[in-house]
Amino acid sequence: MENKLLVGKPVSRLEGFEKVTGNAKYAAEYAAPDLLYGYVVNSTITKGKILSVDVSAVLELAGVVKVFTHENRPGLAWFDLQYADMDAPPGTVFKPLSDNKIRYNGQPIALIVAEDFETARYASTLLKFVFEEEPFDTLLTQNLEKARNPKKGMSTPLKPPPPKPKGDFEKAYKNAPFQASGDFLHATEHHNPMELYATTTVYEGEGKLTIYDKTQGTINNQLYVANVFGLKYKNVRVLAPYVGGAFGSGLRPQYQLFLCVLAALELKRNVRVVLERKQMFSFGHRPQVVQSLRFGANTEGKITAMNHSAVGETSKYEDYNEILVPWSHKLYPAANTLFEYKLAPLDLATPIDMRAPGGVSGMHAIECIMDELAYKLNIDPLEFRLRNYSDIDPSTQKPFTSKELRQCYEKGAEKFGWNLRNPKPASTIRGNKLVGWGMATGIWDAYQFPARAEAILTKEGKLEIHNATTDIGTGTLTVMTQIAADEMGLSLDEVSFYYGDSKKPFSMFQGGSAITASTGAAIVVAVKELKKKIIKKIKDIPDSPFKEIPEEEIVFRNGMVHQINQPNVFISFNEIIRANKNKVIKVTKLGGPDLIKIRKFSKATHSASFVELEIDKDLGTISVTRAITAVAAGKIINPKTAKSQILGSMIWGISKALHEETLLDQHLGKYMNANLGEYHIPVHADIPQMEVIFAEERDSVINELGIKGVGEIGMTAIPAAVANAIFHATGKRINDLPIHFEKLL
Amino acid sequence: MRSSPLWSIMLTVNRKDYELEILPWVSLLDALRDRLKLTGTKKGCDHGQCGACTVICDGQRILSCLSLAVMKNGSEITTIEGVANGSELHPLQKAFIEHDAFQCGYCTPGQICSALGMLTEGKAQTREEVKELMSGNLCRCGANAGIIDAIMEVKKGGDHE
Amino acid sequence: MNNFQYKKEITVTTALEAVNSNENAAFIAGGTNIIDLWKYNITNPELLVDINGIDELRTIQELEDGGVRLGALVKNAATAYHPVIEKKYPLLSKAILAGASAQIRNMATDGGNLLQRTRCYYFYDPDVPCNKRVPGSGCPALNGRNRMHAILGNSEHCIAVFPSDMCVALAALEAVVNVMGPNGSRSIPFAEFHRLPGDMPHLDNTLQQDEMITSIDLPSNHLYKHYTYLKLRDRHSYAFALVSVAAAFEMDGNEIKKARIALGGVAHKPWRNTEAEEFLKGKTATADNFLIAAENVLFGAQGRGENDFKIPLARRAIVRACMMALNPETQRPGAGPSL
Repeated sequence: MENKLLVGKPVSRLEGFEKVTGNAKYAAEYAAPDLLYGYVVNSTITKGKILSVDVSAVLELAGVVKVFTHENRPGLAWFDLQYADMDAPPGTVFKPLSDNKIRYNGQPIALIVAEDFETARYASTLLKFVFEEEPFDTLLTQNLEKARNPKKGMSTPLKPPPPKPKGDFEKAYKNAPFQASGDFLHATEHHNPMELYATTTVYEGEGKLTIYDKTQGTINNQLYVANVFGLKYKNVRVLAPYVGGAFGSGLRPQYQLFLCVLAALELKRNVRVVLERKQMFSFGHRPQVVQSLRFGANTEGKITAMNHSAVGETSKYEDYNEILVPWSHKLYPAANTLFEYKLAPLDLATPIDMRAPGGVSGMHAIECIMDELAYKLNIDPLEFRLRNYSDIDPSTQKPFTSKELRQCYEKGAEKFGWNLRNPKPASTIRGNKLVGWGMATGIWDAYQFPARAEAILTKEGKLEIHNATTDIGTGTLTVMTQIAADEMGLSLDEVSFYYGDSKKPFSMFQGGSAITASTGAAIVVAVKELKKKIIKKIKDIPDSPFKEIPEEEIVFRNGMVHQINQPNVFISFNEIIRANKNKVIKVTKLGGPDLIKIRKFSKATHSASFVELEIDKDLGTISVTRAITAVAAGKIINPKTAKSQILGSMIWGISKALHEETLLDQHLGKYMNANLGEYHIPVHADIPQMEVIFAEERDSVINELGIKGVGEIGMTAIPAAVANAIFHATGKRINDLPIHFEKLL
Repeated sequence: MRSSPLWSIMLTVNRKDYELEILPWVSLLDALRDRLKLTGTKKGCDHGQCGACTVICDGQRILSCLSLAVMKNGSEITTIEGVANGSELHPLQKAFIEHDAFQCGYCTPGQICSALGMLTEGKAQTREEVKELMSGNLCRCGANAGIIDAIMEVKKGGDHE
Repeated sequence: MNNFQYKKEITVTTALEAVNSNENAAFIAGGTNIIDLWKYNITNPELLVDINGIDELRTIQELEDGGVRLGALVKNAATAYHPVIEKKYPLLSKAILAGASAQIRNMATDGGNLLQRTRCYYFYDPDVPCNKRVPGSGCPALNGRNRMHAILGNSEHCIAVFPSDMCVALAALEAVVNVMGPNGSRSIPFAEFHRLPGDMPHLDNTLQQDEMITSIDLPSNHLYKHYTYLKLRDRHSYAFALVSVAAAFEMDGNEIKKARIALGGVAHKPWRNTEAEEFLKGKTATADNFLIAAENVLFGAQGRGENDFKIPLARRAIVRACMMALNPETQRPGAGPSL
């Protein structure tokens, strides 16, 4: 790509007009003739079985079309594997309405289908279940003795177990002159995207469906529907052009999709199912986790021993796991390490990845211990990180494809004014407020999945790109258009990116900060291939001036093909199409990481966050006043949308540290604050002054564009930076999250 | 239980009159989305806890999810679909795009309608006051800074009327 | 979420007749609480009587004795921003603006504010026991997730808190609630309007089923110079109070002539203790005196575990609020702590 005119530019979102005018349509908003409305009914007990169902009052209600329960669910695929989506963890996938067993409180147990939403909703109050209840376990801290190693399965390569122990941790820790240790308990959290989970299924006739679904993976859900309902892949089309946030909750097909499709196929009608906000707490969540850490350092301030052991919660039917414990050793060298990760199965829904899964929880604990160790050593916390800085990955001894964390530390600290910090806790006071400054390091993987893109030179001489990925608010449409336009030498309005459609060439689900690299790389190889094809065609044109010109001297610029440095030798795209008998020219190409090359490297994005907060010295109330995050994430395609990703994830970090908590009542075995009034996410008044700095990071190894992804990295350092700032303000180490202000009284 | 009669009501939505036969328990939000097919107004919680369903009703920003349509008989309502003048965006809409004041876009219609209501109310002067009086509109993507930046720009420009 | 009949009435008399024609009838005004509860299947009215058309209840009126009468249907926002209220009862404005969101304050009425139900998680979940919702079914909050729950005036049947901010100010201002019933009107002093749970937690207040709030009277006073509303909560806005304090003084130099202190978020009703106020009368406005008053207000407070912190928090909040009331100009948007 010799002329990067658009990549690196802060282009405003191309779908902006649709989003600010209300024209953007989400899954529940597609019109379909004679649409039926489905309302989901959920279990009110936590564990046991359904003894009987009484549907009589429901069926008497005018407007009710059908009630689906386990008693009348039609025979479907019964192999677990057929229900296993691309993100299914090891275990037995939950199959809605497949039996009378209740596995968790809120499990979907019926779908009422009616002619309108209000009737279906009212009917749900008339449906009577008789349950037989069994004792249950839902609170992680009460069930730690049940912890065991995670089972292995198809997802294990993506989420490998922690690295093996190194050296002799116990001995090294015991002998370390400086030690820090702590236990960390994290509460359950729910994704709560603003858009409610919804599916509109259009019944197109015999076994053929068009499905508007809220998902992060159109193809993932297409395969799931086809497998479960025994349909041909080509007859199932899943569309998700606009997705109102997901944050991981849409990595797997959610139950409204299953129920909606079930009803549409059985009734041969168009059906819509939308979940209530309360039901948004009835599937995956960020699990409760308990972590124990012990770090030891020598008198030079070098870490000698690191132990990070964690127990996470999973369901009784699947082993959800996350990469929680190994992050410290991807940052800091230590001769003696011990990493352990176990799961305790509980009577809850299976957790699901939630923004920076594992990473944000692990890094909170790691970076709090680092802060404590720095204080024990009497070294500035930032200086302590620099003393333990490693240019290579200490856990694998491999070089990084790129690592500009040092730049993050320096630029972030300078902007924040870190050198003015008085290290003494509770040393800075403004009126009744104690002021605290804290910092922490962030790290996240740099994933890239295989993806396939179709590139088409249209009859109008414009470029079309097709790929099945979604744009969940990440700016995917905009960055892909920028990448394609530069590669083809076109302007933004001459390129159209078609996405959010399972009919398009392959994309994995949109998660892990991987899509810009994955689909972006596929677009680059596809457009390169298209250009090759075009060059071949123009060489074949009779009397073509390009006949003798070597391929590497032919460039694409301003909607034309030129000979380099010879502006008078050119042919326009329109002429090319004419010469091609007015037919489009198209290619489809698979892109993916160069595994052989990558294998010699470690890859990661890095960040450093600096936080200032004020704590009322009498009342404990916490106000975050300033937050700066410096990020090293390779090539930034669009600084405007990338900055928004980082700002958003910083708010997520603050929210995890101070706000978010799904309250579990262990006696009832259910979540008690399943609503947005009591499950607190930050409001505008909570938002501090924030800044984002992107470090210059060139990465010529990772992929064609040097892209690493920015969806999660901005979150990973923030919770520890907040907790460390609270320590600096008050002298109190509060390890459990969220930190409610009464802990500071 | 279908004994309740249908109510004939008239809503003026985005300067257009709609006559509706409606059951009393239909919320204004569901009436807009399901009956009038004006899906720009969003359902985020359906319980008055997120602000995504904010519309301007008789000059005031309200939550359409906590309003019964039948109780708004004769009201004048502006939804997000009525904020732009044809294809000419309202300055607030332009500012939202410029300041990247949304990511997924789902809270955006509510944020914009709420901001319009707030500017009309005229009670917020400082950035701190704007943040407070916009706090009824949640944004899960964390586009908050851009949203407030966009509103402050329009406030400064004074071209929100 | 049951189906219901709907009726619109434009006089108090016909509205009362309508609501008394069916024992499962309810008034609807702003609707911000009843629609919410109905959608959660917690309240199931058979008939909703829309009273928004009763024009006489929609005015704010200055009374001859210097007081002010708030019509029951005046919106919360209109009350808070009304010039007379801002001038004579700025404490009320502050408290109203600390509650809910701008949109809800544009919808909710002053009468309705008095009648909002608790935000107790267990009350709000129709699938679990709750003595307030289903008398005799039990109270899981007693040994459950009770961080938000009451520390004062509890019973073994209920530890729910009354969630209003506006009413905390009304308690401090000694408002009077005027109600109309089939047998005519009566006036209820604010302290007697809301009740403690006792063994009948399903009753939030002393308004009878067949009565309607018509207006709220604010007596004339001189509590407009030194006042504050301090609200402590999990977010800086749009969250219910864990502890809130309305404090107002009449001062003579540094000497307190009259004191009013009311707490929100700590009991089944706005909590006031006149003994504490009496103690402060004639005293110098110092943190030490406020602390003694605070101990007095919190006499008998008891936590249930997760909410134990509310006792020390309320004590400190009272002291801070009293100090803030001396300098009301320091108050910030959102009613957070200042100074």
